Amino acid sequence: MTNIVVLVKQVPDTYSERKLSDSDFTLDRESADAVLDEINERAVEEALKITEAGEGEVTVLAVGPDRATDAIRKALSMGAHKAVHVSDPALHGSDVIATAKVIAAAIRRLDSVDLIIAGNASSDGGSGGVPAILAELLGMPQLTHARSVTVEGGTIKVDRETADEGVTHLEAQLPAVVSVTEKINEPRYPSFKGIMAAKKKPVETLTVADLGVDASEVGLDNAWSKVLEAAPKPPREAGQKIEDSGDGGVKIAEFLAAQKLI
Amino acid sequence: MSTVDPMQLPAPDPSDPAGLDDLLTGDEKAVRAAVRQMLDRTAEPYVAEWFEQGEIPNVRELAKELGALGVLGMHLEGYGCAGMSATEYGLACLEIEATDSGLRSLVSVQGSLAMFAIWRWGSEEQKQEWLPQMAAGEKIGCFGLTEPDVGSDPAALKTRARRDGSDWILDGRKMWISNAPFADVAIVWARTDDGIRGFVVPVGTPGFAVNEIKHKLSLRASATGELVLDNVRLPDSAMLPEARGLKGPLSCLNEARFGIVWGALGAARTCLEAARTYARERVQFDRPIGAFQLTQHKLATMSLEYIKGYLLAVHLGRRKDAGKLRPEQVSIGKLNNVRAALDICRTARSILGANGISLEYPVIRHMNNLESVLTYEGTEEMHTLVLGKVLTGHEAFR
Repeated sequence: MTNIVVLVKQVPDTYSERKLSDSDFTLDRESADAVLDEINERAVEEALKITEAGEGEVTVLAVGPDRATDAIRKALSMGAHKAVHVSDPALHGSDVIATAKVIAAAIRRLDSVDLIIAGNASSDGGSGGVPAILAELLGMPQLTHARSVTVEGGTIKVDRETADEGVTHLEAQLPAVVSVTEKINEPRYPSFKGIMAAKKKPVETLTVADLGVDASEVGLDNAWSKVLEAAPKPPREAGQKIEDSGDGGVKIAEFLAAQKLI
Repeated sequence: MSTVDPMQLPAPDPSDPAGLDDLLTGDEKAVRAAVRQMLDRTAEPYVAEWFEQGEIPNVRELAKELGALGVLGMHLEGYGCAGMSATEYGLACLEIEATDSGLRSLVSVQGSLAMFAIWRWGSEEQKQEWLPQMAAGEKIGCFGLTEPDVGSDPAALKTRARRDGSDWILDGRKMWISNAPFADVAIVWARTDDGIRGFVVPVGTPGFAVNEIKHKLSLRASATGELVLDNVRLPDSAMLPEARGLKGPLSCLNEARFGIVWGALGAARTCLEAARTYARERVQFDRPIGAFQLTQHKLATMSLEYIKGYLLAVHLGRRKDAGKLRPEQVSIGKLNNVRAALDICRTARSILGANGISLEYPVIRHMNNLESVLTYEGTEEMHTLVLGKVLTGHEAFR
């Protein structure tokens, strides 16, 4: 029996134009199509695989504005059992610490959570800090950057892969916090039956006050960091041409290695 | 009047300039996204190769993937079918045909022709035996109405079924039958002393044979065959008990045509997007060709036709979901949208220049596919005359 909470986030579709709002430099959520972050689909997939192999329930947890229900529905249509949605205007502009506090409070309300799975970083903010901060707040071991996860009884084993350190093998006792990379799996797509079933699955909507979190701890005004200025990305520079005088392959390999792609 | 400054609204999305997406519900968008996600993984990267080879090498696996998603017979209720709305079925057809018309043909023939015939006109035993397996993609069906000498005038069909004791004996030939080369079951329409009746013919019944039709330059990612029925003996239970006369097969075609109203727009969308992308990137005379007025005129015309066709499809979908869709209205949709889609694909071909004729781009493949779509499920000419009859009261084809 493994009860799993998956942290999900609605983000602007990476295919659409993404920008910060002119007024407070937070993400302009209206300007782009919003989707369930792809790394979260992988996190949901991993949770479903673990519960399908044994027993247990998958709860998705999202902190975000009302329209984040679409992302929650997607996770439910993939097969997650229920959802908790923390939505509160006071949360606008919250930093990673405030976000993690809210998530921790929402998780403490749930019965017997064995495992928390998150993506290693969102495709919008991309700070990658929430899983580690959350583990600290909940007093749980953190196993981040997982490219594979195995749960055996009360033990979790993870292959952790980062660009700088290569692969390390981690092991911890449950409950624990895991964050996964895009190498973890190929997420399933929802079936029509899953889409129909998702409509009947319970979604609990909570405010900051419901969680007993003080409003003075969250939101843009209470964030530890703030964006003071933003400018659009400079246009892409012209590519680099490599003349092949017999050593073209070596030069390409050197280029890729310099970019840390190989 | 509201006082919103329209210039403060978000700029139009170039891939949906009229904002048609707002016509869809959350469920409809979810269905569309699920189909797209499935196709992007299982079909999109391979479909040009399938077209070139003239076959889908792993078609049974693909059918099972489509079945697991819920696409096959998705608008039917019960018997393992997903029970989705007509509009959702249309959106699925659009996504599938945006990948390839051949793939959409596989789905149309399975769900709207073979499965619908059994679901609408079959006995309880026939439904129990075939529909759950067909919905799952484990069994594939085909539909035999057209004959070598009988196309637009199905009342003239020559395939015969005669009684022998309590059995039936079928003789005849069926032509241009999609899915036939890999089908497990054929719905065959034949003339009897009691008018036209339908029969469920399992492949492997003695006297039943399939010849694959080769040398097609259209719908190459779809298998087409000829059914040969030579003294095929079937039990009485093989007949579809509820279908009498041409109403039986025509009701099935009406379902499939509804899918084509949407599907053709998928082919058009792919070509329109390919042309738009190409026009922005291809530089001649030091400017992208999209900056020239002639190219913009082409793109604007394509976009307008797509928008109008889409509005019509959504309108017909809503009518079908409300139980108010007449076959003549499906004819209007099929006539307009396939014709518009073919024009869009041909114009896209001209924007891509020489690249337009290469399978490296999707355009010529979709354009050639639509030549079949223009003819099958009621020709452009027949649907024109159906509308002509509505407008004048005169039947001009008989």
